[in-house]
Amino acid sequence: MTIPAPRESSEDVVLRLTDVVKTFPGVRALDGVQLEVRAGEVHCLLGQNGAGKSTLIKTLAGVHHADGGEITWLGEPFAPATPQAAMRAGIATIYQELDLVDDLSIAENAFLGHEQTRFGFTKRRSTASRTKEILTRLGHGEIPPRQAVRSLPAAGKQIVSMARALSHDAKLIVMDEPSAVLAHDEVENLFRIIRELTAENIAVIYISHRLEEIREIGDRVTVLKDGRTTAANLPARTTPTRDLVSKMTGRTIEYVFPPRRTLEEKPPLLVVDGLTREHEFADVSLTVAPGEIVGIAGLVGSGRSELLETIFGARRPDSGTITLDGKRIRSLGTAVRKGMGMAPEERKSQALLLDEPIYKNMTLSSFSGFARAGFTDAAGERKAAERTADQLELRPRDVMRPVRTLSGGNQQKVVVGRWLLGDTRLLLLDEPTRGVDVGARAELYQVIQGLAENGVGVLLVSSEVPEVLGLSDRVLVMREGRMIREAPADQIDEDTVLDLVMAGSLMEGEPA
Amino acid sequence: MITETAPPEVQKRSQRRHIDDNVIRNLGLVGVLILLIVVGIITKPDLYSDPTWVKNNFLTILQQASAIGVVTVGMTFVIIGGGIDLSVGAIIALAGVWATTLATQSYGAAGMIFTALVVGICVGLVNGVLISYGKLVPFIATLAMLVAARGLAAQISGKQTQVSANTTINDIASTKLLGIPLLVWILALVVAAGWVLLNRTTFGRRTVAVGGNPEAARLAGINIKRHTLLLYALSGLCCGIAAIMLTSQATSAQAAMANLYELDAIAAAIIGGTLLSGGRGTIIGALFGVLVFSTITNLFAINNLSTEVQNMVKGGIIVLAVLIQQFRFRSVTQLLKR
Repeated sequence: MTIPAPRESSEDVVLRLTDVVKTFPGVRALDGVQLEVRAGEVHCLLGQNGAGKSTLIKTLAGVHHADGGEITWLGEPFAPATPQAAMRAGIATIYQELDLVDDLSIAENAFLGHEQTRFGFTKRRSTASRTKEILTRLGHGEIPPRQAVRSLPAAGKQIVSMARALSHDAKLIVMDEPSAVLAHDEVENLFRIIRELTAENIAVIYISHRLEEIREIGDRVTVLKDGRTTAANLPARTTPTRDLVSKMTGRTIEYVFPPRRTLEEKPPLLVVDGLTREHEFADVSLTVAPGEIVGIAGLVGSGRSELLETIFGARRPDSGTITLDGKRIRSLGTAVRKGMGMAPEERKSQALLLDEPIYKNMTLSSFSGFARAGFTDAAGERKAAERTADQLELRPRDVMRPVRTLSGGNQQKVVVGRWLLGDTRLLLLDEPTRGVDVGARAELYQVIQGLAENGVGVLLVSSEVPEVLGLSDRVLVMREGRMIREAPADQIDEDTVLDLVMAGSLMEGEPA
Repeated sequence: MITETAPPEVQKRSQRRHIDDNVIRNLGLVGVLILLIVVGIITKPDLYSDPTWVKNNFLTILQQASAIGVVTVGMTFVIIGGGIDLSVGAIIALAGVWATTLATQSYGAAGMIFTALVVGICVGLVNGVLISYGKLVPFIATLAMLVAARGLAAQISGKQTQVSANTTINDIASTKLLGIPLLVWILALVVAAGWVLLNRTTFGRRTVAVGGNPEAARLAGINIKRHTLLLYALSGLCCGIAAIMLTSQATSAQAAMANLYELDAIAAAIIGGTLLSGGRGTIIGALFGVLVFSTITNLFAINNLSTEVQNMVKGGIIVLAVLIQQFRFRSVTQLLKR
């Protein structure tokens, strides 16, 4: 696709924020935000975790109320008292955790809060038909409006959220990391929808950690740091990455991987042979040597996470064997005892006790080892957790703090730290950098590589191909539950992997 | 969800709040207790002017709290571990009836105590197996046990009140040690053991983990099925202890004993700050919850008021306590969001 010429209609500013301030007791979450959004543009909002993006969009959505500065919307001063007021004014927000009611139908969700009624009875038929119209407009006329939302995959739910925005005649749609829940081809579809929306002169505020997406879909970029706008209205396609990163962090961070190490030949630590689980993956064989990082590339739904959980013993295979250091692994208990550890995909729901302190989360798999005669040794655990916190450069380092207060990157370090504390020899990592900002990512990469240098075998799954290629010694490509390619990381490139992952067909018709 | 890091000063504050939360809640319950005593003094100044009466009344309150207090300790563990046990009253009845059959009584006091404890543990294990391995929802499994255990108790006793002829058992309730009833000592011992178990042992740590985030606990290598099983067995054991205490107090046991104890125990645990969804709770809070209820009962008794009014006030207190907690919880989460 060629870079489109500036759209004539895009010059009219619909939303303008001038010196917007929002203070909470003890903190200025927004400390002078400038933002200018034009009709029909995709305006990207960049910033590290804690930069104030969430507060900003909640202020626009009427959840928070600005304490200072000026917001003008369509030329009028704008201060929505409630989320409903913001919706009525034409600002719709699609949160990362989609706020849909699973057991209501798609149509009921689209019109939730402003149901079409007559004498207090819902007008089911006209609601369904209007939802159908909107879904067709979004290019998904095939979705049946009366089906329950529960039955939809994440991408479908996102479309319902968008349908809800359009049911309000939104003129501005704020999307908070919409691609985080989507697989690669679904992101393409999201972009197509966004292009159609902007063609109808609807403005979009797009938040994402992924620079490549911003390059592809964005028109202009505004960067936030510590609640302040550090750069406004940069051209999304041409601003050098180095500039964007330095505006976000205040220093120049290279989004790079640690240098590749040379590996000595060692007998494998983990041997997986012919592992099969019906409808998930079939006949998967792989090995991981001590100190080796093996990366699995593949789309969401290709069976990667299920494979990892099965190797860990959390799911029972239909056939095939898992052997760690010559010993068969048949249950999660043996896996952990033999020195396997896993950082699952969903940190919060699968790995952490959010209200418990850092040290108890770190020792969740090893506290029995610290205990004497069943009595826990909290002081010993704290000391060990503090050592691990130093090793991982955990911030803040205070291990008594509840995990809930940490950023995504630091929460992930707590999960990795858990397995450092036990004598883990094989670490399974499922999407280790999801929701982790650029700075913390580089640190996590170093942690992972450091582990491998100490002889820990690492089996890693990621949707981000550059991550798999940059971090791993050996790459496995998985598609539809099968391993279709294995290669040393330096003998395969991103395009090849992407091609294999998508079987070519899905990229057809898409401009490079 | 909060993904963003709050700046240091907010974090410090939220952390302090987190640690102090239980202490503040317990102080609140102490405040309620003091308030109830003040109401007692105002309504019955003549009684409260007699120091001997005040001391004895205080011991009466504690004695009345003893059996239900023991049950509440077990219940608190089950709820923190993410479950619920509706069958505690029924287990007490079954254990009490089983321990007072003529056959059991022929084995003496030790045989009766042993029987009560073993019956309690076994019924608890059945609950646990149904929930862990049969994958029944705790509410349903223990509701079924509530009905079945009382049925079995009625069957065994032939719906008769079984009098205990064993003087050792009957003397437990009337024995005093250092001027304090033995039943109160038992309660103190169970509370102390419960506190240590929850806060200082791997069993307690697992309980919090299993209730707070079962998936995380499982993926950390904790055997959540076995642990859930043990939690219900623990609750059953507490019921067995309570069965002996109640049998001793009444010098008899019957199928209708400990009626609605499940509701009192759950209510006491909840107003003591135990989160019904699991993962959080304290033994001390649960004890205060029990004491609040038993003080109310006492207050109504010394004022010669009906149990009907008493139940209405109890209901009100449960609602009020939970409302206050939700308010506090909300203010903490809001603080964290910033």
